[in-house]
Amino acid sequence: MRSPIRPRTVLLTAVGWLVAIAFVAPYLQMFLTALKPAPELMRPPPSYLPGTWEWANFVNVWKVNDPRIWAALRFSLQVSGAATALALAVGLPAAYYTARNRYRGRGVFLFVVLVTQMFAPTALLVGIYRELVALDWTDTSQALIVVNAAFNLPFCVWILNAYFSSIPKEMEQAAYLDGAGRLTAFTRVMLPLAMPGVVTAAVYTFIGTWNEYIVAITVTSSDDRMTLTRAIPGFVTQYHEQWQYLFAVSLIAIVPVVILFASIERHLVGGLTAGSVK
Amino acid sequence: MRDARTTPLETAASGVAPRSVWWRTAGRALTPLAWVGPAVALILGVVLWPAVEMVRTSLTRVSSSGLSGGFTGFRNYAELFGENDLVPVLWRTALWVVGVVAVTLAVSLALAQVLNARFPGRRLVRWAVIVPWAASVLMTALLWKWMLDDFYGVVNKLLMDTGVIETPVNWLAHPEVAFACMMAVSVFVSLPFTSFVILAGLQTIPGEVYEAARVDGAGHLRTYFQITLPLLRPVLFVASVINVINVFNSFPIIWAMTQGGPGRATDTTTTLMYKLAFLNQDVGESAALAVVNFALILTLALLYSWGARRQGRAQA
Repeated sequence: MRSPIRPRTVLLTAVGWLVAIAFVAPYLQMFLTALKPAPELMRPPPSYLPGTWEWANFVNVWKVNDPRIWAALRFSLQVSGAATALALAVGLPAAYYTARNRYRGRGVFLFVVLVTQMFAPTALLVGIYRELVALDWTDTSQALIVVNAAFNLPFCVWILNAYFSSIPKEMEQAAYLDGAGRLTAFTRVMLPLAMPGVVTAAVYTFIGTWNEYIVAITVTSSDDRMTLTRAIPGFVTQYHEQWQYLFAVSLIAIVPVVILFASIERHLVGGLTAGSVK
Repeated sequence: MRDARTTPLETAASGVAPRSVWWRTAGRALTPLAWVGPAVALILGVVLWPAVEMVRTSLTRVSSSGLSGGFTGFRNYAELFGENDLVPVLWRTALWVVGVVAVTLAVSLALAQVLNARFPGRRLVRWAVIVPWAASVLMTALLWKWMLDDFYGVVNKLLMDTGVIETPVNWLAHPEVAFACMMAVSVFVSLPFTSFVILAGLQTIPGEVYEAARVDGAGHLRTYFQITLPLLRPVLFVASVINVINVFNSFPIIWAMTQGGPGRATDTTTTLMYKLAFLNQDVGESAALAVVNFALILTLALLYSWGARRQGRAQA
């Protein structure tokens, strides 16, 4: 038997969909602007829809010489991938060990992680810059990788720690009885069971690095070490305004990330609030 | 937590090798270092070192080419506090943080209520709300800059078509209007995280509580203000602290939309810090401002972890 449609549900649905439109509309505008031919963009007043749908913008943007999007896309992928790998390589063992053992300094470690989570690289920018100058690491990819990995590490540790803690000890003990060592138990039993946490940590770090802006513009300067965020403003300068390209590339950068982000949505809040909100 | 002191390895190994020799004891003491050490090293190297370096730089004379000219005491701080723009920038920063966070929280409370309600398509609506959270803030800011353009922007077009304004408004040309616009953009990108945190809080409130309120004859509004809101207090605490820190550190919105200009008329301490170091080449003074910022954030962070701990204890 179908339940009758209540006015309350109709109202809620209307409000809900209006909310969705409000959040997506600006990005729809981004899409429509990316599809306008250049002369149309500079003809006031603007039209809501493109007069000519210039799909070629999405092809031609790859041919622009300054900024070179292929190079930036590749570099952003490399840096984000490496930062994610580093954050996991360092965060996984720490989170696992902390979840399973009481050791001296455990409380301090967790406290430091909690405090670090409260810092953005912005707050420490001048210090980071001076350190990188001292190390002679300015304008290198490893500087971006290490800094991004470090600032995303607290989230990784926190969420992985929560996942490992939630896995019953018996699962591991069964592996020990079968003669497995700690490393084997970790890689064969714990890691697969904590996979949702690992994926969440990885996706979060990847996206954070992918979107990072202030460290990129401060630390790197050469054209062949240009992240997407550093490249994109280059489409609109005092010499040329190519908003259609700027938004075409923005969409290319945003769409995959939104899909990834939606996939980890339900795990995010717990990790970001360090478990104080589940 | 009863047997948390015994590691699984020890439990498994104790039947085989009960003897304890010195290298085993030493090994056991070093084991945590092997597992946790790299994470600690990364945090020390990228968070602690720069923090120390920043304080040191703020007490050092740094030439515009970046060479250190030795200890200079508090001269950089004196220079910073002598800046005519500093006081307005501090006030503007306070307005930025308090205004953005307050509006974000208020709107998010309503938004979370919508996201928590049952209606067809809720899943899609939740995904739509996520978009500004996942997208690069820089790109969102550039998008708003374009949409607010006085000649070519869609905002003026929309407002003129609906009769709200007669002639195009140059939103980003007047410092006060520009700053208000940027605050709105900041709210826009802060809403997703905040409403999801509040949504998570709403989901922890058991249905029986509402059941009981209904039996007692409480109306919707009364239930919300006397039951929901008080139960959300811990969640609102967490959401506001994290928001305060994020909004305080916000850089791309202002940088992309006005660069803090005209002059320094729309700068916050964060953008001013960046300008001092990387446009004015005055790293020492910038470091001094960064230390002031840092101290503020550290206070907030400590306050937060203290509050979080207290809450954790209250829950246990």
